[in-house]
Amino acid sequence: MLHVENLTASIGDTQILKGLNLDVGAGEVHAIMGPNGSGKSTFAHALAGRDGYEIGGTVTLDGADLLEMVPEARAAAGVFMGFQYPVEIPGVNNMYFLRTALNSVRRTRGEEQIGASDFLKDAQEAMALVEMKSDFLYRSVNAGFSGGEKKRNEILQMAIMQPRLAVLDETDSGLDIDALRVVASGVNSLRGPDRSMIVITHYQRLLDYIKPDFVHVLVDGKIVKSGDHTLALHLEDHGYAGFVNHDLDDAPLTGVPA
Amino acid sequence: MTTTEKNAEPAIALSNPAAAKLAEADYEFGFSTDLDTDVAPPGLSEETVRLISAKKDEPEWLLEWRLKAFAAWQKMEEPDWTKLKIAPIDYQSISYWAAPKQKPVLDSMDDVDPDIREMFDKLGIPLHEQKMLSNVAVDAIVDSVSVVTTFKATLAEAGVIFCSFSEAVQDHPELIKEHLGSVVPVRDNFFAALNSAVFSDGSFCYIPKGVRCPMELSTYFRINSMNTGQFERTLIVAEDDSHVSYLEGCTAPQRDENQLHAAVVELVAKDRSEIKYSTVQNWYPGDENGVGGIYNFVTKRGRAHTDAKISWTQVETGSAITWKYPSVILQGDRSVGEFYSVALTSKHQQADTGTKMIHIGADTTSSIISKGISAAHGQNTYRGLVKMMRSAENARNYTQCDSLLLGKECGAHTVPYIEVKNPTAQVEHEASTSTVGEDQLYYCRQRGMNEEDAMAMIVNGFCREVFDELPMEFAVEAQRLLSVSLEGSVG
Repeated sequence: MLHVENLTASIGDTQILKGLNLDVGAGEVHAIMGPNGSGKSTFAHALAGRDGYEIGGTVTLDGADLLEMVPEARAAAGVFMGFQYPVEIPGVNNMYFLRTALNSVRRTRGEEQIGASDFLKDAQEAMALVEMKSDFLYRSVNAGFSGGEKKRNEILQMAIMQPRLAVLDETDSGLDIDALRVVASGVNSLRGPDRSMIVITHYQRLLDYIKPDFVHVLVDGKIVKSGDHTLALHLEDHGYAGFVNHDLDDAPLTGVPA
Repeated sequence: MTTTEKNAEPAIALSNPAAAKLAEADYEFGFSTDLDTDVAPPGLSEETVRLISAKKDEPEWLLEWRLKAFAAWQKMEEPDWTKLKIAPIDYQSISYWAAPKQKPVLDSMDDVDPDIREMFDKLGIPLHEQKMLSNVAVDAIVDSVSVVTTFKATLAEAGVIFCSFSEAVQDHPELIKEHLGSVVPVRDNFFAALNSAVFSDGSFCYIPKGVRCPMELSTYFRINSMNTGQFERTLIVAEDDSHVSYLEGCTAPQRDENQLHAAVVELVAKDRSEIKYSTVQNWYPGDENGVGGIYNFVTKRGRAHTDAKISWTQVETGSAITWKYPSVILQGDRSVGEFYSVALTSKHQQADTGTKMIHIGADTTSSIISKGISAAHGQNTYRGLVKMMRSAENARNYTQCDSLLLGKECGAHTVPYIEVKNPTAQVEHEASTSTVGEDQLYYCRQRGMNEEDAMAMIVNGFCREVFDELPMEFAVEAQRLLSVSLEGSVG
């Protein structure tokens, strides 16, 4: 479904992604792990289409060339990114923001617009998923939200946007254990045969709750190792030191995805 | 190990296309209507003042009042304390009287000149009975005169007087004589003195004791003629325990010359009354090179008596230059003054706007929320005075000034003046300056919105606290106006 081939990304003279290859099949959950500065977030932004990078290589989603598209077109094509630092938009209420977002992609796809009352029903169901109170819809987008609320809001948005590909960038950062559980169960309930996910994380902790089909280790702009979820456990015990030194001998080599 | 991702986040959307579009936005009310107009030759002298007064068949006392103002004006100088750059104004090249040739004020829509009706239809202000907004009475003013006032009969049943200023001079001279100049004296400032000498028309509104005005009152101002100034005068008197909400809207044709608009608005809020005054000002702002546009030099002030409340809300998106400080004299104990403002300057527009809250009574409170948006070459200054007089025991003020910058050629300035003569008074001032971040736009776009929609949403969110104060129809209009400017998709 998602095909990434020899993806490079640089800012000015600094190359961040140095030829990244990845294939994600329909319904699969892939975890990307790696040390700080390895290019994890850049990878997420490269998929979502953030300005400011020079991008090379190939990225297709269901055969369509993502790299040719502006961010909003990628959203309409089904790409959703859960932000590591969700952005505050003072004065714009969450409900209005979410409905505008949903109707924007529907318009691009030539689908019917959703009215306020139908939307409210859908939104309330989605909110139950992430255990949000109803006043949440009428607060300004992320403004004055706690760290946990912001992350739950990202999952709520994902539930409403129903993406084909969800890229969750460090969704676990800054969460206490209760919030982590809520966020993870939200994500799990959104898994499905037509939806693929890329879960980016620094720590293995999240993967106790969201069990990935595959784990990839990203170091210095490249995937240096892929395996099943046991790879994450190995990383927890041994850290990234071995990979940073490109000394991969004692890591278990299992299940490299096609 | 390098983290270059942080560097990838230019915090400011300085040159993004949506912000740039602001500068290109077309002005949708720029058409002019070919009306048969009675225009006085350009020039200003005592004779001009006499001519205007005679045209309007005014009583002697009003002519004397005008002449006193004219004499005062001749000795005054234009204010030079603003941040505005104003090309010299030749007051002798302006015509001080222009009126569409028709019976000036009508009670029935059927009598309105079809050309004028069509003009207002085009502006989205239907004057036909069957199309009128059911809960808003409109006084339509073209150039110097009021052409029609709607719903007069309905209002009269409630005892409310709503008519053109000229009519009020004829029909209610005692009310005009009592209140005219009582809040803004003739020699208050250069432009107020000029207005007092040559004002042509405007609206008058009187709410009797204990009456809650049954509908919104609204005046729609339209400058149509070339080389004319518009000098209207609005007077609102709310007697004890009454309540009124008043709206004004303004547009003008697109012309290469600057046109002068120097209005005066006076509000008198008697004991326990409330006046809510809302403005959506969309005069022609000039083109992207700064050619043409309205000079909007306006004096607005209200006097709040005991337990009375005066609330100003303004959305200023038009005019080449805006100079206005809607103010409240908090004279009575426990009186309340409010000022909510959104000022958008784009192209080469300049705005120097704010308020004055003069606390005289004890336990008086005022709040000021100002939102300035600057784009393209726009220059936006908030200038406000909060004055606590010696008698203002336990008076309180809260001021919040937020500025939003949408480009690198524009500017935002905040100039608060605070004078406190009573030690029990409390004054709070908060100010912020921000930009629409690249990250905010990216976030919205990742969720599927295009850049223009995202920009409009973010800017509207910035103005939310002020829009919430506007009556429903106006809030929608204001939001639309802002979005339209941001989209640049009109015309």
